Amino acid sequence: MAASLFDKVWEAHTVRELPSGQTQLFIGLHLIHEVTSPQAFQMLEERGLKVRFPDRTFATLDHIVPTGSQVRPFADALAEEMTQHLHANCQKHGIRFFDLASGLQGIVHVIGPEQGLTQPGMTIACGDSHTSTHGAFGAIAFGIGTTQVRDVLATQCLAMAKPRLRQVRVDGDLAAGVYAKDVILAIIQRLGVKGGVGYAYEYAGTTFDRMSIEERLTVCNMSIEGGARCGYVNPDQKTVDYLRGRPHAPGDADFDRAAKWWLGMASDQGATYDDLFRMDAGAVEPMVTWGINPGQSVGVSQKIPRTAEVEDDSRAGHLEALEFMDFKEGQPISGVPIDVAFIGSCTNGRMSDLEIAADLVRGRKVHPRVKAMVVPGSMLVAIEAQKRGLDKVFQEAGFEWRAAGCSMCLAMNPDKLQGREICASSSNRNFKGRQGSPTGRTLLMSPAMVAAAAIAGEVTDVREMF
Amino acid sequence: MSNSSKVQKIQGRAVVLRGNDIDTDRIIPARFLRCVTFDGLGDHAFEDDRLQDPNHAFNQGANAGASVLVVDDNFGCGSSREHAPQALNRWGIRALVGGSFAEIFFGNCVALGIPCLKMGAEERTRLMAAIKANPGAELEIDIASASVTVPGAGSFQGEIPAGPQRQLLDGTWDALAVLLESASQIDAVASALPYTHRFQA
Ligand code: SF4
Repeated sequence: MAASLFDKVWEAHTVRELPSGQTQLFIGLHLIHEVTSPQAFQMLEERGLKVRFPDRTFATLDHIVPTGSQVRPFADALAEEMTQHLHANCQKHGIRFFDLASGLQGIVHVIGPEQGLTQPGMTIACGDSHTSTHGAFGAIAFGIGTTQVRDVLATQCLAMAKPRLRQVRVDGDLAAGVYAKDVILAIIQRLGVKGGVGYAYEYAGTTFDRMSIEERLTVCNMSIEGGARCGYVNPDQKTVDYLRGRPHAPGDADFDRAAKWWLGMASDQGATYDDLFRMDAGAVEPMVTWGINPGQSVGVSQKIPRTAEVEDDSRAGHLEALEFMDFKEGQPISGVPIDVAFIGSCTNGRMSDLEIAADLVRGRKVHPRVKAMVVPGSMLVAIEAQKRGLDKVFQEAGFEWRAAGCSMCLAMNPDKLQGREICASSSNRNFKGRQGSPTGRTLLMSPAMVAAAAIAGEVTDVREMF
Repeated sequence: MSNSSKVQKIQGRAVVLRGNDIDTDRIIPARFLRCVTFDGLGDHAFEDDRLQDPNHAFNQGANAGASVLVVDDNFGCGSSREHAPQALNRWGIRALVGGSFAEIFFGNCVALGIPCLKMGAEERTRLMAAIKANPGAELEIDIASASVTVPGAGSFQGEIPAGPQRQLLDGTWDALAVLLESASQIDAVASALPYTHRFQA
């Protein structure tokens, strides 16, 4: 019978059905970082348990790492303490740690793919909501809480209820200046931030087929912002090609066997879905969020919706967003002045993102009012970008070029908005206070749109800058 | 082995917090995640919202000591941080009633033995009115019937999915003990997956 990738992966990893009706699911790859793991190790120790499969867990440092000076001990004593905890826990339990000294450190969702750890047909878990990112390879990847991190450490398993499956089908070509980020923002705008609750998303259609792996990572990254438990793209030849030669991918002698298994996990023709959503790629323009959740967005040529136009149950949230952002209904989003421009994060901190932005700022200058920064998603991205001279391009334009980390995506490190600053950001969340100032404001957009805003000093249509 | 105890009824005063899409960054701002234990998080629950709004429900003396949090839709969206339910729990919250809950938040709560009861808009409006009309009343949440009783104001019907309901009632909400039972089956599944031996023949 025709089966979806989701069903095949779920079945291959099912240990047993639990009395609660949940499934005990084996987790193929477990990623940990400094924020959500220390308490899990503590709980493990309190029960006298060991890490069951230490070679299936990998650690990195990303959320609290400073992106300026990374000399140890870190200036922030708490950040240093968290780092030392992770180091000690990894050492004690025999877990591979991509620390700063390894030269391979980076945002957890950037280094998994980069190292070839993330592979099709796997189940992946990490104590971080954007674990959905790894679905770009045709993996089923869940963000989990700390108690579940403990469960995975102790048993390599999770107790999970099987979500329903929705196919999100987008066909057609994207116009110049429109990117993967715009596609996922448009999907979330249409389905709403709660639209995916109870669902796993399969992204299908010619638009995703034509996307690079890095673009697919951007799309899957934000599945969680649309409420979905996870999101994936079926593996294809691009997936296979991306993995060949990566440090943790299968060796040459076994690679073809691996590729065959990976491709065999893709959804069969005729697989069935609980729901289907369609969108036309041609209808998508560069998107900008104007509010306080990632669903509150408009195309750059559009105006902030009037409260009377939104559905009844969104009206209170609409008013709250207008008030917090200090925007007026019916106001065009284009022309909104910005104070800060941030390019980075697990959504858009990879090589192709930096290249697109660099092409736009080359030979131009950041607007004098704007503080602009580029934060590569990993040390390897930083090195590659420097090799291609992108750091110089950004610096000459007036951007700060910083070291790898989560940086201003959530500001658990020194990179923070001040006061009421408005930030054009390539990250994934525009929640109140997300970027470090309780009253700071975030406008989510593609890296190209952030670059354009940095130059113009205001939200502007990147398509007019080519 | 297990930390679990049966969660069948919860009694306590209620605190009502209005608003949809209250995300985990608001429940516990990110700067308080710079820690290696959950201790002390209760003091910082909703810290930024409380600073900006003197009338915030968690600022009101009358709500101190409440153990049931009543909310609107999509509560706990955003980050997977367990720091959010941990902070609420350490503040004193033992159960939540709301329009809907974000999935990871809901799961994190169950894993701590904190029930989240879903309640439709009309029923919830009536419940909120009953709480307002009976300040200080001790509510009772009954997990088996998924209902909330307000003394003198009757009972309000919620819902809770069968799986978590059973876990709470049986005291098996802490999944670890259950997961640990099937060691040999875990090994069998692991070794049947070709990637665990790097696809070697
Ligand atoms: S970059 Fe942002 S969203 Fe991604 S893992 Fe870091 S904090 Fe989370």
